[in-house]
Amino acid sequence: MAHDEQTTERSQTEYEFLRRKRAEEMRGQLTSFAMMIFLTLIAFTAVAADFSPYLIVPIILLLAAVQVVLQLYHFMHLKEKGTGMIAFFMYSGMFVAFITILALVTIVWW
Amino acid sequence: MSSIAQKKGFGATIWDYMTTVDHKKIAILYLISGGFFFLVGGLEAMLIRIQLMKAGNDFLSAGTYNEVMTMHGTTMIFLAAMPLLLAFMNAVMPLQIGARDVAFPFLNSLGFWLFLFGGIFLNLSWFMGGAPDAGWTNYASLAIASEGHGIDFYALGLTISGFGTLIAGINFVVTIINMRAPGMTYMRMPLFTWTTFVASVLIIFAFPPLTVGIFFMVFDRMFGANFFDVTMGGNTIIWEHLFWIFGHPEVYILVLPAFGIFSEIFAIFSRKRLFGYTALVFATILIGFYGFMVWAHHMFTVGLGPTANAVFALATMAIAVPTGIKIFNWLLTIWGGSITFTTPMIYAIAFIPSFVAGGVTGVMQAIAPLDYQLHDSYFIVAHFHYVIVGGVVLAILAGTHLYWPKMFGTMLNEKLGKWTFWFFFIGFHLTFFIQHFLGLMGMPRRVYTFVGDQGWDLYNAISSVGALFMAIGVIIMLVNVIMTTVKNERVGNDPWGDGRTLEWAIPSPPPFYNFAQTPLVRGLDSYWIEKMEGNKKGMTFAEPLGDIHMPNNSFIPVVISLGLFIASFGALYHLDGDKPWALPVLIIGLAITFISMLVRSLKDDLGFHITKAELLEDQKRGETDGSK
Repeated sequence: MAHDEQTTERSQTEYEFLRRKRAEEMRGQLTSFAMMIFLTLIAFTAVAADFSPYLIVPIILLLAAVQVVLQLYHFMHLKEKGTGMIAFFMYSGMFVAFITILALVTIVWW
Repeated sequence: MSSIAQKKGFGATIWDYMTTVDHKKIAILYLISGGFFFLVGGLEAMLIRIQLMKAGNDFLSAGTYNEVMTMHGTTMIFLAAMPLLLAFMNAVMPLQIGARDVAFPFLNSLGFWLFLFGGIFLNLSWFMGGAPDAGWTNYASLAIASEGHGIDFYALGLTISGFGTLIAGINFVVTIINMRAPGMTYMRMPLFTWTTFVASVLIIFAFPPLTVGIFFMVFDRMFGANFFDVTMGGNTIIWEHLFWIFGHPEVYILVLPAFGIFSEIFAIFSRKRLFGYTALVFATILIGFYGFMVWAHHMFTVGLGPTANAVFALATMAIAVPTGIKIFNWLLTIWGGSITFTTPMIYAIAFIPSFVAGGVTGVMQAIAPLDYQLHDSYFIVAHFHYVIVGGVVLAILAGTHLYWPKMFGTMLNEKLGKWTFWFFFIGFHLTFFIQHFLGLMGMPRRVYTFVGDQGWDLYNAISSVGALFMAIGVIIMLVNVIMTTVKNERVGNDPWGDGRTLEWAIPSPPPFYNFAQTPLVRGLDSYWIEKMEGNKKGMTFAEPLGDIHMPNNSFIPVVISLGLFIASFGALYHLDGDKPWALPVLIIGLAITFISMLVRSLKDDLGFHITKAELLEDQKRGETDGSK
């Protein structure tokens, strides 16, 4: 009977708990959304202010990395429980891709 | 659809296999087609050894030799070794984790048919104007200069069969993460399941670079792109990188499942729990990671510079550590065990020294300065045959004997099995051990003939005799298979008597729903635990008997694959310019594929249920095995 659908009724306490939980999550998402807008502003300002490219490029790359992390954890729910395997696969993939690109950049195109 | 036995005609059986989505039947399909390609690759190996039997031989022309050598490597790696391992993964892994099927039964079938059509396409090159002739590594400058359609067959064929392998890899990963029976934690999974898991992850990460490389190759050859053309600002070295970023993990995709099979064999026939299970799992994962950090050791002589060579040399040597951990754990598993020398066990015992020999020469080649001497000599040929034959092929032969009863419900003859072993094992060492010395004496690899009186004549002759021994071994095994099938003596759940994991707790072959009730796993070596506690049923159940939901058979995977197969001919001959039918063929082929994909997406296929009453009836009549 593993494939029967199950419907569960929520008690008042569970309902309130979920409500509180969702409110918190919403707050978290709004905060990170604001942060991402702010980070984007910094990036645009850096370009508009006509800094040296040697400063702009690393700054934008760093901000991009931060944005990716915020996006993954707050909007794509990576911070929740039961996502360990997904995170492990993603980081392994990034690691492999990083090594590959590093090697190609240093020994083929440098 | 019911589970009641029906006697089927020949045509109905064929149709059943063409539409099946059952992992056990797909395993048999993989075994048959992988076995067929193994024989084709073996035949090509025999041609090579006949040509090199004596100095200045003219049995094969230089061009034909290049084709035979290329197709031997390509066939053996992509069309024989991998599918045969996928056969065992399909047959055994879902049973080991207590699942009723893989996560995506339809995709499982699609993966098989893509592989088969890709393999057939590649081999049709023999009859359609010449096989690929740039080596299985297909290095770009050589491949782009190659005339005729050989390389196009290689590129398109491997693209199609590569899709199939990638699909299989994704399917196994999802299955192992999501479909484990209650209580089957990661650290209770049998080692073969673990190695299947890691090998599938490697497939997912390693095949995309190959696909990219082959796409570049296709564009260079067919559409005038210049990714690899140095005169046009391309870079021929990029192919080598892309190929080996795939190619080195590929070695582990092959050898890790082999390790898994041997781990099962050592535990079963020593009647002992695997020594250092945790360390074996850890070493498997570590080898998986290292696989992606060492590819440039295939390219030491390209001229990457001393820094790059040193980094990759060190990383390569590090692989010896997890591999060594595995070897010692296997030795300590046997140590003090109650050993029975069955056919699988003697393969496993023989594997240890053979594989270690291959590993040691591997560490030698990791030393970059020494590799400058060994590169492109027969020493390399000897090394990788010790690893692939001494590791993977021995595992495939051992696995064939070990899992034959589980797949077909009848035991291969032990006496003939041992004859196979001795012929194959002696032949293998005779062929390849002496090639180390040929390499040290300076004989280059990939050449179609050699000049006499350089001290190579006798060694080459001995090597060819060894190949004959291996061929005799394989023929004895074919005889064994035919005799066993004709006799058809049925066996019970646990024909080896000492099975430890869940697959031995159910009938051989298992019913098509595998487990009437999902098992509850209470520890590592689940079936052994139940046996030791006197549980006659062989497992504790996690659920009451109830309806089982099963997927419907489908013919669509064959049609999707056939469409790509047809389209490939169009793409291939479109280049010629003088063949107006090529473009329509390409379009029709792709249309077949996409329309059948559309049909699959739009038409709901909800499967069917086996009712509790049918399951009870099966059990009452004792007809719980799948031999119908």
